[in-house]
Parts: sequence; C-alpha cells; structure tokens
Amino acid sequence: MNHLEVYLIIGAILFSLGLFAVITRRNAIAVLMGIELILNSANLNFVAFAKYSSVNLDGHVFAIFVIIMAAAEVAVALAIVLNIYNNLNTINVDDASTLRG
Amino acid sequence: MIPYAYLILLLPLLAFVIQMFFGKRLPRQGDFVSVTAVLLTLAFAIAMLAMMFVLYDPHFSIEQKFSWIDIGEFKVTMGVYIDNMTLIMLFVVALVSSLVHIYSIGYMKGDQRYSRYFGYLSLFTFAMNGVVLSANFFSIFIFWELVGVSSYLLIGFWFEKDSASDAGKKAFLVNRIGDVGMLIGIMLAWRAIGTFNFQEIFHAIDNGSLTGSALTVAGIMVFCGAIGKSAQFPLHVWLPDAMEGPTPVSALIHAATMVAAGVYMTARIFPMLSADAQLVIAYFGGFTALFAATIAMTQNDIKRVLAYSTVSQLGYMIMALGVGHFVAAFFHLVTHAWFKALLFLGSGSVIHAMHHAMDKVGDHETDPQDMRNMGGLRKKMPATYITFLVATLAISGIPFTSGFLSKDAILGGSLAYAMNHPQHFLLPVFGFGAAIITAFYMFRQVFMTFFGQPARQDLYEHIHESPQVMTVPLGILATLSVFMFYTLPSLNPFTTEGWFSHLIQQPETVAGEHTATVLEHLTHALHIAHVPSMIISVIFALTGISLAYFFYFTKSWNAEKVAKKISPLYKLSLNKYYIDEIYSKTIIQPFLGACRALAIFDMEMYDKVVIDGFAYTTRAISRIARWFDDVVVDGILVNGVGRIVLMFSAILRLFQTGRLQSYVMMMLFGIIILFAIFMF
Repeated sequence: MNHLEVYLIIGAILFSLGLFAVITRRNAIAVLMGIELILNSANLNFVAFAKYSSVNLDGHVFAIFVIIMAAAEVAVALAIVLNIYNNLNTINVDDASTLRG
Repeated sequence: MIPYAYLILLLPLLAFVIQMFFGKRLPRQGDFVSVTAVLLTLAFAIAMLAMMFVLYDPHFSIEQKFSWIDIGEFKVTMGVYIDNMTLIMLFVVALVSSLVHIYSIGYMKGDQRYSRYFGYLSLFTFAMNGVVLSANFFSIFIFWELVGVSSYLLIGFWFEKDSASDAGKKAFLVNRIGDVGMLIGIMLAWRAIGTFNFQEIFHAIDNGSLTGSALTVAGIMVFCGAIGKSAQFPLHVWLPDAMEGPTPVSALIHAATMVAAGVYMTARIFPMLSADAQLVIAYFGGFTALFAATIAMTQNDIKRVLAYSTVSQLGYMIMALGVGHFVAAFFHLVTHAWFKALLFLGSGSVIHAMHHAMDKVGDHETDPQDMRNMGGLRKKMPATYITFLVATLAISGIPFTSGFLSKDAILGGSLAYAMNHPQHFLLPVFGFGAAIITAFYMFRQVFMTFFGQPARQDLYEHIHESPQVMTVPLGILATLSVFMFYTLPSLNPFTTEGWFSHLIQQPETVAGEHTATVLEHLTHALHIAHVPSMIISVIFALTGISLAYFFYFTKSWNAEKVAKKISPLYKLSLNKYYIDEIYSKTIIQPFLGACRALAIFDMEMYDKVVIDGFAYTTRAISRIARWFDDVVVDGILVNGVGRIVLMFSAILRLFQTGRLQSYVMMMLFGIIILFAIFMF
C-alpha cells in the first residue's frame, strides 16, 4: 500500500467525521469542532500531496495559512455564538432560525 | 484718425455704464463723469476737424472695417467711415452735446433722477456718434434704433406725468413706422447687391446692379426712416409732443442732432437716390416745411412753436436734398443745429425763470411755457434775450447770419430746380412761403416773450437771469450763428463761398449717373436764381417780421380780430390741422375698436370654448387614463410582477429553513451531484 493513500484515507475519514458532526450536532460548539476536523483533514491532504508529489513548499505554506485562518474563524464564530447565547439564552443552532424563509 | 473715432464713439458709452451702475454713489451724483466724457469727445472732434483743415481735401475719406457676422453668404462688417461730412457732423454733435451737458447741470439741479439723466444723455451721445460714424446700413440701423431708445427715455424722463410717458411711447411708435420702411429699403438693397456697406452699394449701383424702379423704391423706403426720425409729414406728430422732455433734451435731441440724423442719413445714401426718389423726397420736405410753419404761427406754448419750427426747417433740408442741392442741405443742417439748439436752450432759460418765479409766488396752476403769461422779459433776462434774438434773426434769414446763407442756398436750389423743371413750380412756393411764415412766427415769439407789458406782474417781480452755467452755452451758440464761421477765408456775407463749400461736395455719381452734367445744369440755374432768391427771401423775411411787429409789438393791428375773421383757418392751424385727431379717428380708434372686438372674441369664444373645451377634454381623457392606470398599469403590470415573484418565492422559501444542518446537507448533496456530473 502506498504511503500517500494512507494519508488520503485518514484525511477522508477525518473529513467524514467532521461533516457528520456538523450535520448531526445541535450544539453550536460541537458544530465548530466538526468544522475544525474538516479543516484539519484538508490540511493533512495538503501536506501529504506536498510531500509525495513535487519538491516545492506550497502545500506546507497553505497548511499554515489554513491553521491561521481557522484560528481567526473560530474567534469570530465563538463571538457570534456568545451573542446568540446572550440573545436567545441557548446555543442550540436550530433555535437560531430567524433567517428562515 | 481711426483711433480718435473709436474713442469718440466709446467714451460716452463708458460714461453711460458708469452712470447707470455707480452714478448715485458718486459725489455730485456723477454728473462730472458724463461731462468729462463728452468734453473729451469734443476735444477729439476738434482735433479731427483741425486735421480736416490741414488736409483740406474735398475727396478725403477713410474707412476701417472688421468682420462682425459671417455665416455663409451672409456677411456683415462693422466699422467706421470718415469723410468731411462725418467730421463736421461729429463736431456739431460733440459741441451741442457738451453745451447741453453743461447747461443741464444748472437746469436739472435738484432733480430726483439727476444721475440717470446724465447717463441717458451719454447714451444718446454714444448712439448719435455711432450714426454719424456708421459705414454700413447694418450698423447705422442699430445706432438709429439706439438714438430712438435714448430719445424715448428722455422724452418720458418725468414719467410721473402721464403726458410725458404718453409722449415717449408716441415718439417710439411713430418712429417705428418709418423704421420698418427703412428696414425694407435696406433689405431691398441687400437682396440686389448683397452687402450693407455704403461704398460697396454705391459702387454696385454705378455698375448697374440695381437700377430703375427697384432702385427708386429702395431709396424711398430707406428715406421712410428719415421721415420718421426727422419728423416729416405725415409722421411729424411725435416731435411736438416730445417737448414733454426736459428742455435741454429738446435742444440736443429734438432740434439739433437726432432729428437731423434723418437728413444726415439721407445725405449719406444720396448716391443711391434716383431722380424719381429725389422728387418724392423734395415734395415731402417742401410740403412739410410750409405745413409745419403754418401750425407754428398760432401755437402759444413757447416750446411747441420751436418744435413746429424744427419740423419746418427739417423740411427745408429734406427739400434741398430732393432738389439735388446736397451741399445746401448739409449746410443748413449744421447752421440750424446751432441756432435751433440756442433757441431751445433760451426758451429753457425762460421756462426755468418762470418756474422759479411761480415757486416763489406759490402758483402751481399757471403754465410756465405759455407765452401769454410772459412779456417784457428782456429787461430781466438780458443775456437770454440777446442770444435768443440772434438765433431768431438767423432762423428768419436776415443777412450776416449763418441762417441767411444756408436758407438762401436752399431757396436758391429750389428755385433753380423749378427753372429746370417748370412743372414743379410748387417747390419754391413751399420754400418761400415757409420763409415768410418763419420770420413771422419767430418774431411773434420774441415780441410776446421779451417785449411789451408783463402779463403777470406778480411773477415778473421774481423773474431773474439764469446762472452762468446756462448763459455761457447760449453765448457760445450765438457766436456760431454769425456768417463768417462758414465762409472763411472769404468774408462776403452774401455768398456761401468758403471752406464749407470747398470741403463738402456733391457725390460724383448719383444713382449710377455721373452728376457732372446734372450738377452743371443746377449750378447754371443756381447762378441765375441766386440773386433773385436772395432778394426775395430777404423781402419775405422783412415782411414776416413787420407783420409780427404790427400784430404783436405795436398792436396797431388786432391779432384776435383777424383770427376771428379767418376763424376756420385759424382754428385749423391752432389745432394742428387736426392731424392727431384724424389719426385718432382713422387709425387709433378703429384699431382700439378692433382690439376690443378681439378681446371680446378672446374672452367669449376663445377662452370659453377653446380653452375651457381643452380643459373639459383633458379632464375626460384623464378619467380614462386614471382608470387605465389603476386597473391595467397598477393592477396587472405592477401587482402582477409582484404576484409572480411571490409565487416563485413560495417555492424557494421552502429551502430557507433557517436550520444550519439542513443547509450543510444541501451543500453535501450539491457537491455529490457536481462530482457525479464531473465523473460521468
């Protein structure tokens, strides 16, 4: 079995778990955790492809970018969650549905 | 000379602008601005006149032009044309204007619109210089109208009086009739020749571009402008009424310069007047000369006598042009300008004194211009009296005065013309008839005003001579009424031979024909006619004077009894031949009647049927339009769009659940579908 495939399979499993968490969880924090899993699966793929294909560092740089982006995104997202909690007294994402059509 | 000419033209305009915008805020209400400007133009005019004497060239002329309007075929140039006639005329305008400006400082003192008055005088001076300097029909017409405007403004200067504002309107409208004719004449000339420039037009006429009856009609049409402006019968009615304006204005505009502009313009276009046109002009002038003189005989208003006298004298000039004695016409224009301005300023001095006396006595009923309220003023106003007498002698044609020379030249010309064309014997009859009457009415005026017993002793007590600012101009004008200013270097008072006749000469071609033969014909007849006409005119003048003497000085003949005896004639003359009434009955009243009828038609028919009908129709149409708007536009189109949007949204909103997870699910399915599409 090729080493790259191992990484890709692990990345796919991580992605599926993250997506599953995002879809099934009602708790906003848990949803954010799922998103984090998805991002990290993508990171794993970037680094794996970077290691096994050509000799440049694009993949590594991208992974670092994604980590930084994830940190910023979590900061914003947690602020939103906090506001939702302040207004609705819950962090159940199904209750925050004022934008429905 | 050209820059001088432009300065002469533009300085008064500058003064006018300053007066209009800042006049009231300047010290002395800015009268010095206008006076300085006009004195500067006088200085330039004198300088140019001096150059004329240095050159001493009868054929001197310069022209300067620049393109003004240039649209395809239609080209108009602007510019100035200067010859000896222009130079002399510029001097006349500048000097009379200067004297009137100075005189007005005294006469208009304390008037509530003092600065505006001087502004208007400057405007007039500008426009009049423009007429004199014009090199083409286009610019002469513009300035022609400008003098008309300033005349209108000054006649109606005391517009609080209805009679003054009416007189202003009358002058403007009557002049308009003549000006329309002039405009038609200009267009006829332009159509045939394609230029407005005088010299080019004359040149084209010499080459035969415009001949025969077309030329005659064009000439007469242009002359119509002169009929209006120079107050010739039948458009003379405005000038006597124009006396409502301040007296210095009457002297400047309605005696010396503007009314003479008609004569000047006719002299300017002399080369385009065919023989037939000249004959028409001669009859217009001759008839006016006699006709106006007969009216002047019976008027009692001191200024109206002078007004009709002006009309009559202008008739003389026009007649002189008509009989082809070009030089005499322009000569009389110049001499008349001095002594008629003097007469008006003298009468202004008398009126001024009467006003003051009436103010002192507290009398506001008496007419200060009525000669029947005067009498014996010669002792109280010696300067005015002497200068007035000089002018009266000049206008009556007594030897040693300028008027004698110029009037005699015209009478000689008419007599010479009649000798060559015996069928036109009426022209000298008009001329000599007017001469005798002129002497009569002028001395009647002098006797009634300055001699005899004072009619109103209470007023007489308070009469005194006008200030020097008014009498000095009188003195200057009186000096210029002496013969030798026109005959130098010759000192013979019985012939016009002198610099004037050397420098002003008949145009070489008239209506395409060389005048040499015609002129020789005239000169020959003039030689024969000269002495008889002189003797007759002097005899006639003396007859007129002695008639006035017996009627109004010794009173040995009773004027009233004679008037009663020939009552119909007297009334005819006193009422100015009922010309105003005739115009009123035949033109104005029918016109007003037609206006009234049209007004009724307008109110009853047009307003009620057409206008209101439009309104009703509009309302009916609006109702339909409103229904259409409500039902079709709003109901179907606007709301329809809304409904369609609503319908589709009802479907789309099903997807907008507001649940995060369902969105993610949709994204997932979307990605799977995209994968499926890319895979297969």
